[in-house]
Amino acid sequence: MEQSATYEGQPLHHPKGWWGHYVFSQDHKVIALQYTTVAITIGLVGMILSLMMRMQLGFPGLFDSIDANSYYQDVTMHGMIMVIYLLTALFLGGFGNYLIPLMLGSRDMAFPFVNMLSFWVYLLSVLILISSFFVPNGPTGAGWTLYPPQSILEGTPGGDGLGIVLMLVSLVVFIIAFTMGGLNYITTVLQSRAKGMSLMRMPLVIWCIFLATFLGLLAFPALFVGGIMLVFDRLLETSFFMPEIFKGGEVLDYGGGSPVLFQHLFWFFGHPEVYIVALPAFGIISELISCHARKNIFGYRMMVWALVAIAAISFIVWAHHMYVAGMNPYLGFFFATTTLIIAVPTAIKVYNWVLTLWHANIKMTVPMLYCLAFLITFLIGGLTGLFLGNVSADVPLSDTYFVVGHFHMVMAVSPVLALYGGLYHWFPSVTGRMLDDRLGKIHFWITFIGTYLIYFPMHYIGFLGVPRRYYSNEQFDFIPASVGDLNQFITICALLVGASQFILLYNFIVSATRGEKAPKNPWGACTLEWQTLEAPPGHGNWGDRLPVVYRWPYEYGLPGATADFIPQNVPDEQIT
Amino acid sequence: MAFVIIAAVIVVGTVLFNLVTPWWFTPLASNWGSLDQTIIISLWITGIAFVLVSAFILYCVVKFRYSEDRRSSYEPENQKLELQLTVITAIGVIILLAPGLVAWQSYINLPENGLQVEGVGQQWTWSFRFPGEDGVYGNTSGSLFSSKNTFGLDPNDPKGQDDILIRDRQVHLPVNQPTVFQLRSKDVLHDFYVPQFRSKMDLVPGQHSNLWFTPTLVGTYEIACAEYCGTGHWAMRGEVVVEDEAAFQQWLAQQPTFAQTMNEGSAGNGQQIVQSLGCVACHTDNGDSAMGPTWKDSFNTQRNTTTGETVLADASYIKESILNPSAKIASGFAPVMPAYALSEEELDAIVEYINNLSTE
Repeated sequence: MEQSATYEGQPLHHPKGWWGHYVFSQDHKVIALQYTTVAITIGLVGMILSLMMRMQLGFPGLFDSIDANSYYQDVTMHGMIMVIYLLTALFLGGFGNYLIPLMLGSRDMAFPFVNMLSFWVYLLSVLILISSFFVPNGPTGAGWTLYPPQSILEGTPGGDGLGIVLMLVSLVVFIIAFTMGGLNYITTVLQSRAKGMSLMRMPLVIWCIFLATFLGLLAFPALFVGGIMLVFDRLLETSFFMPEIFKGGEVLDYGGGSPVLFQHLFWFFGHPEVYIVALPAFGIISELISCHARKNIFGYRMMVWALVAIAAISFIVWAHHMYVAGMNPYLGFFFATTTLIIAVPTAIKVYNWVLTLWHANIKMTVPMLYCLAFLITFLIGGLTGLFLGNVSADVPLSDTYFVVGHFHMVMAVSPVLALYGGLYHWFPSVTGRMLDDRLGKIHFWITFIGTYLIYFPMHYIGFLGVPRRYYSNEQFDFIPASVGDLNQFITICALLVGASQFILLYNFIVSATRGEKAPKNPWGACTLEWQTLEAPPGHGNWGDRLPVVYRWPYEYGLPGATADFIPQNVPDEQIT
Repeated sequence: MAFVIIAAVIVVGTVLFNLVTPWWFTPLASNWGSLDQTIIISLWITGIAFVLVSAFILYCVVKFRYSEDRRSSYEPENQKLELQLTVITAIGVIILLAPGLVAWQSYINLPENGLQVEGVGQQWTWSFRFPGEDGVYGNTSGSLFSSKNTFGLDPNDPKGQDDILIRDRQVHLPVNQPTVFQLRSKDVLHDFYVPQFRSKMDLVPGQHSNLWFTPTLVGTYEIACAEYCGTGHWAMRGEVVVEDEAAFQQWLAQQPTFAQTMNEGSAGNGQQIVQSLGCVACHTDNGDSAMGPTWKDSFNTQRNTTTGETVLADASYIKESILNPSAKIASGFAPVMPAYALSEEELDAIVEYINNLSTE
């Protein structure tokens, strides 16, 4: 491998040949695209699985092939794919890889070879997960939370087969990939910032991805060990999580283990995980709202402190997923308190985004539309979390559709709106072309209104008490027929929203080759990724001179300047 | 402007929906109105916050539309405003949390003189136990379970002899009596949830958990399992019948004690076995179709399977369907039945029971 002597001693790997350029590339931009492509592809699989679930709920009996087994397999694989293989991979592997070196003024990640490996290990984890569809009895149907004892026993799809084993192996492999990527992100942020780029001059999206990576490196190990212990329980008949069990007319060979222990391990990971997804979404919104409102982000320092507070507190709220799990009830007091405390820094972030709009100069571009829709849906999702976090209010609502509505609003709808906004915003940076504006708006409206109509009513059938993870509601008199009508309505909305995602895909593919050519820095952004010599940035990003940073990333509307923005690498003397 | 109008419709619609929603709390039939109150307070506070913040957003979008000859104001931070907003939010959080924690304190404090009942969950049905005359539950152990001893009671423990066993998914309770549930699972996680009572708690194999409530309205209420427990989770339905004290005592007097059930014969009868093993979650005895074929009028009939064969539903077919259910699946049904490792006596008892469900 050739290495050129480079400016300021940062060695740059030069790829050889087609395979080295486009397949086994160590360039963070290529790796980001690879992550994005795989994540979106597996995300489409996850979406189709959700549509199959919805067909059963909306039109029961229409498809004979959706029996209870396949329904629960759909539910489980949909959940795991979306949370881990789509959202975590796309936000950190996709956006993280693309933005961190560019926004920090670096040529690439600190460990480019390991970075490349992290993608291939991620792809391997996806392939292992997909392979579970092709084994006898199919993939696991244990719910994405994989709670023992049911997850490794007959009576749950894949429980006594390979389904659960492949799921756990796939997760372990994913965690290895994540660790490799995560070490890169942390090291690059700490060590490879351009001259003048202090930590408090980093764009907020970098802070968010940086802190999300910390969360991941500290939280994923809990899932790692829980997953390995569960695999041992399944394959070696250990009893980490398995108490004495009477099933199928006989006492099984397990004993002494604790199912609640698995839940503690899982949620010690699981709660930070939702912030691993949410924080990058927050970061994207901060960048987009500031740039498209042509105004500095309000309260940058508080935004950073709020992020640090959220990250830290997110490690001590996990058992709000376990209020009625049979753990010591006095723990409920502690976790309800910490959970409602974390609402405060989160609210501060919402106020600061909203105050960014005050006396701004707002352009109603597609990214701005996504920001505004994010704010409204994140308000719903975040506020409903206050019901569930408040331990006694959680009692009637736990495991009902209120929870399903809440977590989709706050994990699926708002972060995905942020993600789409980010894709529209950075598409010109990656491809040098603009995404089609009209198609963008059509896709936006169908997605925003459609997902609101899907998830908002779910909170009310949750108030009624309709439990989640029910294949059918027919057995219960307390569930009126109107719930079936609502399910039908939701399914139709879901089909429409699902179909409209292909508008985005079409837009991508057509615009990448035939879209309107983008001027350099089409949105007039201050951050460094738009200030490269070549647009899109070439290999090594900065030509033969790394940038020098003179100001924070939100110099919009600086009084006295002619332009309404000053990029970070423009010194004071050059401001006109 | 389109955005502002549509978003305003969404915000207003969100608020108005609360007034017209056909889906709301089931009518309260227990003492846990405080949980409803906590939710209502939360709705008000979050509703007000939602409206205020959304209105502010929409106002900004209208008032601060882009114009070439304007510049946004340059205000990196305003520490005083941030502090004020933090304080207001903290106050809002405290207003939400305080009643919630007070209600929780009450929820976890089991009344000392409550009526004691045990709820036992299994895939995919319920059974119940009362501690009997001595007021104390007999010892149980996971290793003692069998289809005959379906509560896992220790026959050598004198405290268990008078325990009253409800080998049925319907339990009766007296109205207006605080009732303390001890919850146990035989196999996997389940959750005892009656929407009208509001209370809910997981059943965890290998340990006990508790909940309590005072039923306040006479009636029949459904128990909906609220923790995913496998393919039959959605069909794991039980019943709580709340009635006056006299009717309750009358019902209780008709139920067998553990000692009486131990004298019932070696394998018990088939009907008891299918109830205690949870077969009734998926198979009916009255002709209704459920997750599995009905037993009524099924014995010795011709049956089509999903592989296109035709088989005779005789004793050996029934036994095979229990020991190895995936061997032959009845046409029109899904391959979801787990296997049961029963003894020859138990299998014979079940065959006899199914046989007796045929009308001549």
